[in-house]
Amino acid sequence: MNSSAAARFTPHRLSPGPGGPAAARLLAGWYATGRPAGLTDHLRRYGPPPTGDRGSLPLVDAVAAAGLTGRGGAGFPTARKLGAVAARRGRCTVVVNAMESEPPSRKDQFLIAVAPHLVLDGAVLAATAVGADTVHVCLPRDRAAQYRRLSAAVEERRRCRPDPVRLRLHALPHTYVSSEATSLVRWLDGGPARPRGGPPRAHERGVGRRPTLVHNAETLAHLALIARYGPAWFRQAGTPDEPGTLLVTVSGAVRAPAVLEVALGTPLATVLDQAGGATQPLRAVLLGGFAGTWLPARHLRTPLTRHDLAPLGAAPGAGVLVAVSEALCGLTETARILAYLAAHSARQCGPCRLGLPAVAEDFTALATGRADAALLSRLRRRAGLLPDRGACRHPDGAARLAASALQAFADDVDHHLAHGPCPAARQPPQLPVPPATAPETWR
Amino acid sequence: MSRTRTLRVDRIACTGQGLCAELLPELIDLDEWGYPVLKDTTVPDRLRAHARRAVAACPVLALHTDDDRT
Ligand code: SF4
Ligand code: SF4
Repeated sequence: MNSSAAARFTPHRLSPGPGGPAAARLLAGWYATGRPAGLTDHLRRYGPPPTGDRGSLPLVDAVAAAGLTGRGGAGFPTARKLGAVAARRGRCTVVVNAMESEPPSRKDQFLIAVAPHLVLDGAVLAATAVGADTVHVCLPRDRAAQYRRLSAAVEERRRCRPDPVRLRLHALPHTYVSSEATSLVRWLDGGPARPRGGPPRAHERGVGRRPTLVHNAETLAHLALIARYGPAWFRQAGTPDEPGTLLVTVSGAVRAPAVLEVALGTPLATVLDQAGGATQPLRAVLLGGFAGTWLPARHLRTPLTRHDLAPLGAAPGAGVLVAVSEALCGLTETARILAYLAAHSARQCGPCRLGLPAVAEDFTALATGRADAALLSRLRRRAGLLPDRGACRHPDGAARLAASALQAFADDVDHHLAHGPCPAARQPPQLPVPPATAPETWR
Repeated sequence: MSRTRTLRVDRIACTGQGLCAELLPELIDLDEWGYPVLKDTTVPDRLRAHARRAVAACPVLALHTDDDRT
């Protein structure tokens, strides 16, 4: 990184509020004041966003030097997406993905509630950087209060500090796969909020056939701070390879379930401690989301980075961390999640439409002690055939969850196969899982 | 510069039943529901003609070969 170029940025003037965790950046205002930031609060804390004519680094370069990656789940380098869209000819469009499809995740909702202008700043800055004239903000339709509050924030900007681009809010059906980038593009073009597959990718041909930049809401909030304080500041938190902070939704068997902002590289156990610590001895955590991985409790010292989690087959994903106690049947919980994921298939691709329910049924049979002799090998084969066989990554996520459950809860598997359901399988389930019913509408 | 061809299935368009697997069994298997499983996405030179035939035979134009310049 070119440090002299980085130094041209306004120096660090963000200080975490009293009592707030030291890592807080996006949530600093919330920790300092305990209330959502209106435009005045926001400008007082962060100052106006740089306009780009102050001799600072071009935004794409600053974001590249900062090493920001997408916070929506896939973890793709943000600057590469920006660069790809900026390099296309013609007008482009920016889409803010605040669909938050992971049922245990609340981070985008929380961020937009307490720091809406940080997200909107990031979207406007990104739009200006790639030459877009419109920003579409995609919100889940079942979060009406969030929509109203964000509309008010947009209105406030229009009155007090008009943006150089148009900001438009949209309420989309809240399904598991409606958050996929191509689902948003299809919906914004008047179609169903179902993945489109590719090629062409959204950055080549997206909304209205224009090159389209789709970024998660949290990613854009980080970008808004990088634009102000520069890459060197951003890198003060996190690890050299995975800098910055991320929002984590911690739930399950912890004393104080919360959305927390932690530096990348924070051990998982420390994150749980920041959520008040475990209420009971833990058996495992679900990391990343329903499309994530079960990690046995013995791995809780692992730092929260892609690099450290990869050998365990895990990733930070959408920043979901669900702690579950020893009194839990991992197979029953996984079967419930798989049934939900199967019901939320967009039913466009054969391997997903047929494979997901089959894997979910096998898992249910295992969990309820109805397994035949061939079940385990059939289940492994079917789950093994899911990855890379859909127009989107939905089947890959379900396969990852299934495989990790068989590994993390291998004791349960043996017990269920030999003696039928374990005592824990008869207890009420621990995880909140939405009903396994197909979405009512895609439009 | 060499050119390799890679196989790709448009998963939304594909209706299963696996005509492609019949014409290109070296690279394509079928799952228990008749949907293609690509054993290898790289088309070796000796199978080019077979791959082209399979692509042409797909009734819904779901099978593609992409040109990757490497
Ligand atoms: S893989 Fe599944 S969820 Fe994704 S587009 Fe195909 S049917 Fe829909
Ligand atoms: S021939 Fe076409 S439609 Fe039939 S299985 Fe192959 S790719 Fe799918």
